[in-house]
Amino acid sequence: MLAACLCLPSLWAQGNQYLTAEAPQKLVAKRGTSAEVKIAVSIQPGFHVNSNTPSDAYLIPLKLTWTPGGLESGEVVFPKPQMEKYEFSDKPLSVFTGEFSLTAKFKVPAGAEQGPGIMLGKLRYQACNNNSCFPPKTVEVRLSYQVQ
Amino acid sequence: MSPVRLGAVLLTGFLLGCVIYGCSPTRVKAASLKPDGERHVAPDFALKDADGKTVRLSDYKGKVVLLDFWATYCGPCKIEIPWFMDFERKHKDQGFSVLGVSMDDDGWEAVKPFINDVGINYRVMVGNDTTAEKYGGIEALPTTFLIDRDGRIAAVHVGLASKSEIENGIEQLLQTPARASGNASRVSLPAEFVGAR
Repeated sequence: MLAACLCLPSLWAQGNQYLTAEAPQKLVAKRGTSAEVKIAVSIQPGFHVNSNTPSDAYLIPLKLTWTPGGLESGEVVFPKPQMEKYEFSDKPLSVFTGEFSLTAKFKVPAGAEQGPGIMLGKLRYQACNNNSCFPPKTVEVRLSYQVQ
Repeated sequence: MSPVRLGAVLLTGFLLGCVIYGCSPTRVKAASLKPDGERHVAPDFALKDADGKTVRLSDYKGKVVLLDFWATYCGPCKIEIPWFMDFERKHKDQGFSVLGVSMDDDGWEAVKPFINDVGINYRVMVGNDTTAEKYGGIEALPTTFLIDRDGRIAAVHVGLASKSEIENGIEQLLQTPARASGNASRVSLPAEFVGAR
């Protein structure tokens, strides 16, 4: 009981997410073609995440990666970052806040198996507010697809 | 209220303030230090520093310690680090040490270049989940603990703090001699106990 109580704050901390990513709409594509999906991302009010091109080499970028699956993952298109000035920084930082979308591009191999499948993505981010930063976290993105 | 009575009330208030807070103009403001009875023992840890030497918090018993949980990706931490370097320079001969615990996932690969870039003059270790859990689960960085000469947590600052407030706390703790003997325990404390949340 005591051990459980002592662990609670840490479990609580690990459960905090400052970013949510909606599951994209089902992708339907023919073999040998290219396709793309939009992923809606939302950052908690009062927080920001570093953009995909942070202002400083020590900062951790927003990054979407896909586990190899039935589709070939391609470029991920990020929106134009905001340049925001914070209390803790001398110069504006390249960040994302609020709500925005990422576009993930895929190729359907000519030899892809027809039928349904799932691609699993990981969106890694590192969030801060105006006076604290939080360890990098990852949210899962689940893409359902249908190869025709 | 008559002027005489008002004067008496103000004088009483002033004298009471002197009794509680002291009248010397050089006295350091108590800032946000916890009262003696509310301080809990800072959990001990053993972590390697950049030279591979083991650092134990219990080795610093009798000293005032500023324990800083930070990371290289943390902007607010980078504001505080030069302050802490300044504190280390100014107070190290009075029995004061800064210990930095980096929470970078990439460990020394990220931390060593940063130490060299900034020229950090105090001991830095790479922490882990176990260390963080001992301190109630460190989520926000920076989180800074001021530890008194008896190895007890006297103050916790979560997020970017005020330099003067931290320094006032250090100076206050340096003026207080150690009172107890005994070793820092190795228990883990929930965040509510260490005051980190």
